[in-house]
Amino acid sequence: MAKKIGEQTIVFDEKISISQTASVVGPMEGQGLLGNDFDLVVSDDCLGESTFEKGECMMLKTSIDTLMRKGKFTQSDIDIIIGGDLLNQLITTTFTALNYDMMYWGIYSACASFAQALQIGSTAIESGAVNRVIACTSSHFSTAERQYRTPLELGSQSKSTAQRTVTGAGCVSLEKGGSGPYITHMTIGKIVDFDQKDAANMGTAMAPAAAHTILRHFRDTGTSFDDYDMVYTGDLAKIGLDILTDILTMEGYNPCGRLNDCGHMIYDTTKQHAETGGSGAGCSSSVFAGHIYRKLKNKELEKILFVPTGALLSTVSSYQKNSIPSIAHAVVISNKKGKQNA
Amino acid sequence: MLDIIVDYIPVFIVGGILCLIAQIVIDNTKLVSGQILVIYITLGVILTAIGIYEPIAKFGKAGATVPLTGFGYSLVKGTISAIHKNGFIGIFTGGLTATAGGICAAIVFGFIMALLGRAKTKM
Amino acid sequence: MDDKTRLREEFDKAVPKATPKPPYVKHGIAAFTIGGGICVFSQILIDIFQGYGLNYTEASTIQTIILIFLTALLTGLGIFDKIGRVAGAGTFVPITGFANSIVSCAMEFKSEGFIFGLGANMFKVAGPVLVYGITSSWIVGIIYYIYLMVS
Repeated sequence: MAKKIGEQTIVFDEKISISQTASVVGPMEGQGLLGNDFDLVVSDDCLGESTFEKGECMMLKTSIDTLMRKGKFTQSDIDIIIGGDLLNQLITTTFTALNYDMMYWGIYSACASFAQALQIGSTAIESGAVNRVIACTSSHFSTAERQYRTPLELGSQSKSTAQRTVTGAGCVSLEKGGSGPYITHMTIGKIVDFDQKDAANMGTAMAPAAAHTILRHFRDTGTSFDDYDMVYTGDLAKIGLDILTDILTMEGYNPCGRLNDCGHMIYDTTKQHAETGGSGAGCSSSVFAGHIYRKLKNKELEKILFVPTGALLSTVSSYQKNSIPSIAHAVVISNKKGKQNA
Repeated sequence: MLDIIVDYIPVFIVGGILCLIAQIVIDNTKLVSGQILVIYITLGVILTAIGIYEPIAKFGKAGATVPLTGFGYSLVKGTISAIHKNGFIGIFTGGLTATAGGICAAIVFGFIMALLGRAKTKM
Repeated sequence: MDDKTRLREEFDKAVPKATPKPPYVKHGIAAFTIGGGICVFSQILIDIFQGYGLNYTEASTIQTIILIFLTALLTGLGIFDKIGRVAGAGTFVPITGFANSIVSCAMEFKSEGFIFGLGANMFKVAGPVLVYGITSSWIVGIIYYIYLMVS
């Protein structure tokens, strides 16, 4: 039986393994710092489809098919597919899930969707009612630009604080039992809004949420950076990461090199046009499903805290001069499953 | 040859300054290009109405008429001349008549390029 | 002190340190030279057509149309956005910016069909320019007309 400890953290009783992963990314991501640490780097970001939206669906579908093949799963081996993306009404995830005969939960936390999917999937398995679920998210530079920003061929100059939406899809299978790595705890985030209104500076808007969740997790569990090999946030990129590091240090939790961010890790911002780094629902999932999972499997990392962040705005809320509320959801992933880890 | 080049210096300077001002605004405020375009065209209208833009246009020639402030300048000049020619109705017809060529070209060429071309991901 | 209040204070201290400044000089030089260059190119066109005997209005209209055509072509070929990324205001302040916004919107929304996609969205970025330009020049027209009637 799972238990709540502290204010926002839940420790799982069951063994919940991340048994398999798959990640598919676009050409620019393949040319970045994590180059080959993905299952597939496509050269055409439409994957042969006629629109960018259909291309993003095909990318998500390819990642799910790759995972099923790697894990030797059939459709009946998967109980629920839990996923999200950045597009209105979650059309990417919906039209991808259409291809599979599985129960479906579409979820949304902007760029923190992957963490939310992991949390909900873990909760479902902890309940004992299901054995295996898929958690997946995707994002695509061109579909996000169309919906949130400006046409692709517009000759505009991006602001120096901007981030680039990652074209990528990542999925994992969570199952009861197994040999790990295990999801042992989750800290469910609360909405944090520090009056940031600049939609071209999401890292700054999301950093407070990351700080709030990480501090809450440390206090609920009585841990600190010393207890984790690494703490990874999702989409803060350089500016957000610097702000987060500063806040945590002021709070007495100096990261000492154990804090990094998927958006900061994925692009080479000195050579690529990615401004301060990556963001997007597919950023944390593709980096986790490739690079981070590999390090967990070959024991370079034993225990991590994974904290994707999301900026919960829309174009309408922005134009109506609202600020950008943000959230960060965390999971602890460890190669060891102890009894009642606290 | 040199006096031909010298003729174009005012054009270069006026055009360059108008672009530079917009660039400084973009880099120092939260305004985006869409808002600056609206400010520029409206500024062009106002400056022409109060008589400041005419001497700038005489001096800078295309340096003043090609930037979007120049679009505002054309709208006002067209309106005024239509009022003189056609009276009251000129208030409604003058501006668009003067700028019709540019607007039509933008729509038509935009449509044709949309048929032929395809938006590509920026890398 | 409440958690979030303290976090807010720390956040306010951390933000200015972390926020990068844009490359002002590089942007300024690019905007000035490319913007100025486009204007010079336009003036050369006007001078050429006036040389062929056209009056100023005709020459300037043809120059506008040519500039818009070239912008549309470069946008269609996917080249204009690369120039714009460097030039910044140097390409969006001249009429090239207006034309590029219309063409790029038309291309972008083609996937939603010709009427509700391409047609409906063509003026997404350029629309406000026309609304406020035309409305403000209309206001000037009214004021001028009243002034003429009164004097």
